[in-house]
Amino acid sequence: MYQLEQLQRSFVVAKKDVWIYYAKGPVMVFGLIFPLFLLIAFTIGRNMTVEELFPGLMGMAIFFTSTAVGPAILPWEARSKTLERLVSSPVEVWALLMGDVFASFVFGLLISLIPLVVAVLMGVEVVHLLVFGLGMILATICFASLGILLSVYPPTDVPATVMMLSSLVRFPLVFISGVFIPVEEMPTWARTIASASPLTYFIDLARYSTNGISYYSLPTDLAVLAVFTLLFLVVSIKLHERFLPQRLS
Amino acid sequence: MEAIEVSNLTKRYDSFTAVDSISFKVEEGEIFGFLGPNGSGKSTTIRMLTGIIKPDKGTAVIMGHDIKKDAIRAKQVMGVVPEMSNAYVELSAWNNLMLMGELYGVPKKDREERAKKLLEQFGLYDRKESPARGFSKGMKQRLILCMALINQPSVLILDEPTSGLDVESSRLIKDVIKELNRAGTTIFLTTHNMEDASQLCERIAIINRGVIAAIDRPEVLKRASSSLQSIELSFNRIVNAEDLSKFSCVKQVKKLGDKFRLYVDDVDLTMDCIMGYARSHNLKIVALNTLAPSLEDIFVSLTHKNKPGED
Repeated sequence: MYQLEQLQRSFVVAKKDVWIYYAKGPVMVFGLIFPLFLLIAFTIGRNMTVEELFPGLMGMAIFFTSTAVGPAILPWEARSKTLERLVSSPVEVWALLMGDVFASFVFGLLISLIPLVVAVLMGVEVVHLLVFGLGMILATICFASLGILLSVYPPTDVPATVMMLSSLVRFPLVFISGVFIPVEEMPTWARTIASASPLTYFIDLARYSTNGISYYSLPTDLAVLAVFTLLFLVVSIKLHERFLPQRLS
Repeated sequence: MEAIEVSNLTKRYDSFTAVDSISFKVEEGEIFGFLGPNGSGKSTTIRMLTGIIKPDKGTAVIMGHDIKKDAIRAKQVMGVVPEMSNAYVELSAWNNLMLMGELYGVPKKDREERAKKLLEQFGLYDRKESPARGFSKGMKQRLILCMALINQPSVLILDEPTSGLDVESSRLIKDVIKELNRAGTTIFLTTHNMEDASQLCERIAIINRGVIAAIDRPEVLKRASSSLQSIELSFNRIVNAEDLSKFSCVKQVKKLGDKFRLYVDDVDLTMDCIMGYARSHNLKIVALNTLAPSLEDIFVSLTHKNKPGED
């Protein structure tokens, strides 16, 4: 009952986040345009079909939208002097963070549906729709949790600092995750690095969903995404609990 | 039952002890003032009481709930106005209250009724749909107080509630504090305004360098500080301040315009000296007042006593 009550309050936090941080024109446009531009930049002149582009496009769309705002929420709240009030309300730190994760999840999922619909209209056939849907949900939660983890340190009230540092993590992850080159075509050392990125497993799953080919098995993709999600959540909750007072001082 | 019971509460930051084993109790229905200079440990204490930071040692119990072991239950019965706080400026006054109500688990019907009543009480109902961004400082502070009251708290904790506000907002907030207290709410407040503390608080604690320097009713504290008694007097002619400082029980003489203020050990004896001096110099006393120390005098005396390099 207590946990359920806290979970309900985390939905309130998520609603607040959507009102204040996500439901804004520039944020939505960024979520839509940025992954598309990145994809065009890296695929133009490479003569790839829409089917070949689809897993990478979806991977980037979900990854960038679900980590776009999450890292900046706590610094923003600290800067605008609303964090102390929020922390003094009867909401556990985990519920507060879950609220931020839910908001990133909803934003990431809804915005990513747009490139999915466009791809389907352009002729991409998602053969394993259920698998793709499950993978998309799991990956969005996973990346949203990563976004919250990225805001832990430094415990600053300057959103730009956090965003700059989070970019240092997010961009390299895109390059090592098989967005532009499938994992099986990578050299062994690159495959090893790719296996450390959660994005790799979603892109692998997306490829399986369209053409039935994947480097890892489907249960592996799903299990690894679930493990990364859990890891990001647990670590970020523990670290935020530790560093939150410093952010308020 | 005590509304707030603090026992040996301690907070350290590396080698610096911000709050050093403080203990006090606040009775249910009391207005308790917590005073101290900047950096004395006031806000750290409030942050521990409100569960924002964890104490290193000691306990704080709010309406029977230990803030360390049962933080959420303790927070549930509290309303908090932090010193450095703001409403969500993107949201309307109404939505700010709905958000807070939901965070405290107040049912929809109740929070709508309470929000309407609070906004009317604080003179914000006409602006309920306006984003808080356009509000003046006084309006924002009134809104923040509304947000703190949406859960009908048993204990209201206010950190500098009237700091930097216009007279109207400040007076409104003080009136509401008194009204809430009459209805049974326990108030714990910090302020730099000694006049506010003197008018509002039934008891005050003065914290200095992390320790409680004094804790009592304001008038008792004033009476206890007999060394801070003074006499203000004015003669019909200019007199030499040095003459007055020669009286045996006068510790200090200050010239204030055409008046003198004598800080004295013994009021009776000083009066005799003054009368004798007036007669012998053929002077008329134009004004003479005995003054008890103000709360500000007590505060300054207690908070400067232990400063390094001072007596």
